[in-house]
Amino acid sequence: MTLGLSLGVVVGYLVIALAVGLVAYRVSETTAEDYYLANRSIGTAVLLFTTFATLLSAFTFFGGPNLAFAAGPEWLIVMGTLDGVLFAVLWYAIGYKQWLIGDRHGYVTLGEMLGDRFGSTGLRALVASVSLLWLFPYVMLQQMGAGEALVGLTGGAVPYWGGAALVTAFMILYVVLAGMRGVAWTDTIQGLFMLSVVWIAAVWIVSAVGGVGAATGAMLEARPEFGSFGGGLYSPGFIVSTAITIAFGVTMFPQINQRFFVADSGETLKRSFALWPVLVLLLFVPAFMIGAWAAGMPVDVPDGANVLPVVLSEYTPAWFAALVVAGAMAAMMSSSDSMLLSGSSYFTRDLYRPLINADASERREAWLARIGVAAFALAAFVASLFRPGTLIEVGDTAFSGFALLALPVICALYWPRTTRSGMIAGVLVPQVAYLAVVLSAVASAVPTLPRTVAGGWDVALGLMVLSAVLTVGVSLVTAPTAESDASRFAVAGD
Amino acid sequence: MVREQRDFLWIPTFAVLVAFAVPWPLWGVDLIVAGLPVWIWWHIAWLGLCTLLFTRFVRSGAWERGMGLHASSSPAAESASEPFGRGDEP
Repeated sequence: MTLGLSLGVVVGYLVIALAVGLVAYRVSETTAEDYYLANRSIGTAVLLFTTFATLLSAFTFFGGPNLAFAAGPEWLIVMGTLDGVLFAVLWYAIGYKQWLIGDRHGYVTLGEMLGDRFGSTGLRALVASVSLLWLFPYVMLQQMGAGEALVGLTGGAVPYWGGAALVTAFMILYVVLAGMRGVAWTDTIQGLFMLSVVWIAAVWIVSAVGGVGAATGAMLEARPEFGSFGGGLYSPGFIVSTAITIAFGVTMFPQINQRFFVADSGETLKRSFALWPVLVLLLFVPAFMIGAWAAGMPVDVPDGANVLPVVLSEYTPAWFAALVVAGAMAAMMSSSDSMLLSGSSYFTRDLYRPLINADASERREAWLARIGVAAFALAAFVASLFRPGTLIEVGDTAFSGFALLALPVICALYWPRTTRSGMIAGVLVPQVAYLAVVLSAVASAVPTLPRTVAGGWDVALGLMVLSAVLTVGVSLVTAPTAESDASRFAVAGD
Repeated sequence: MVREQRDFLWIPTFAVLVAFAVPWPLWGVDLIVAGLPVWIWWHIAWLGLCTLLFTRFVRSGAWERGMGLHASSSPAAESASEPFGRGDEP
């Protein structure tokens, strides 16, 4: 009975999302610009929520409460700072600048924009390849999260692979049918849905345990160190490097970066920017505090299980727990949808068209994008079956990989003297170094290189500095190539 | 194209907003206020302050001027920064 109800709630959600996608498909034109960017016609509320929902993935929704449960509520500070404040500032510095440039020259991807500015197909392909490389573990992360969520929800009746496979199939179907317009609309529904559901969950749980004061009191009784700021995992090095690598990494995520091109006007970006910190806070406070409070609740969280569903099934009815898991799945789905869609545009526009077949028709390109999505999602699904790490570990690796792109891109956006060689050195060298660090952990033949040094400082932060030094240094000693055109990035004056 | 002198104040302002979203001065403090650790209240209040100041940044027209554009949304600020006024043109 409960199993049928739970599955019914989840499947009901999937059907609604598909219906929205199909309606969006009906109103869309089939040009590449509409498929990827909804003809640059996304308004404030939709842009805000589509960005919001794609930031929220298994990493935030399950990984976040888990970490708060294990190590303390400081995770709220780390995520609030990086997402609410630092990302907002980057939203302006990178996002608005990219919107202005994209609006003038019709760019759809980051690689296209940089390749055109520096007159370099190689740079364009490099940026696209690096992005696709780090996108892979992040898509995989969503499939892992979805598989685990369905196992938790159905008490193992649906096996891990079954949940991951169901979500993979649905993701492919959805993206192939609808494109950006469909994704943006389901993101909006999902964002609102999750915000409401997580608040209802918090109120429900808090009133069941006797109020906020009682919940915090019980938490402190079980884990007295949770009350004081810092300590344990949360060293200054950990807080600073996590906040910086994730915030910069997020801006270079294909699905987020492509959002910088979709706004219908500068007004839309402005309004979204100002509302951002509050929106982020509204979601993180209840979600992460439930995780932290759970430390003092008489609940038994099995090894490797997610805290949130356990607490929900203890204090709320089965149908409601299913609804929250559906919300989490919604987040993972929208993340995956957007990632796959953006990834496919990187593949067709920045790799296939410039390198393999420049004369491909739009129709051919659109079909290739769809086939690419299916292949990428299936490969990520297969990899997700091996479960190579925790949600936070896999996510953090991907964020840091993307973060290494950010400083060279900022350099290109604001410093006209940046050269093609500077960009290639600044992107390539840190990527190779970081890939060596990551692969050394999985390859048994080589010694594992350290991921953090001197009390929680992430190696990726050092490599970010290296990327900036290389971009500036090599640009200073090389001359701009004849094909490069700094005026492409000029936005002042008409 | 006109960038007002005081627009540059936004750079240190943003730096402070980012830096102190983490409640560094409360490092190690374990005081509980109204049911939550006091440093969580700091963070909540700080993000509220961020939204207020971000709104101000956007409304003042510094949003456009920061990118070297004319502020379209605040005609008052624009005419103030252009002593010769556009009204004289036909």
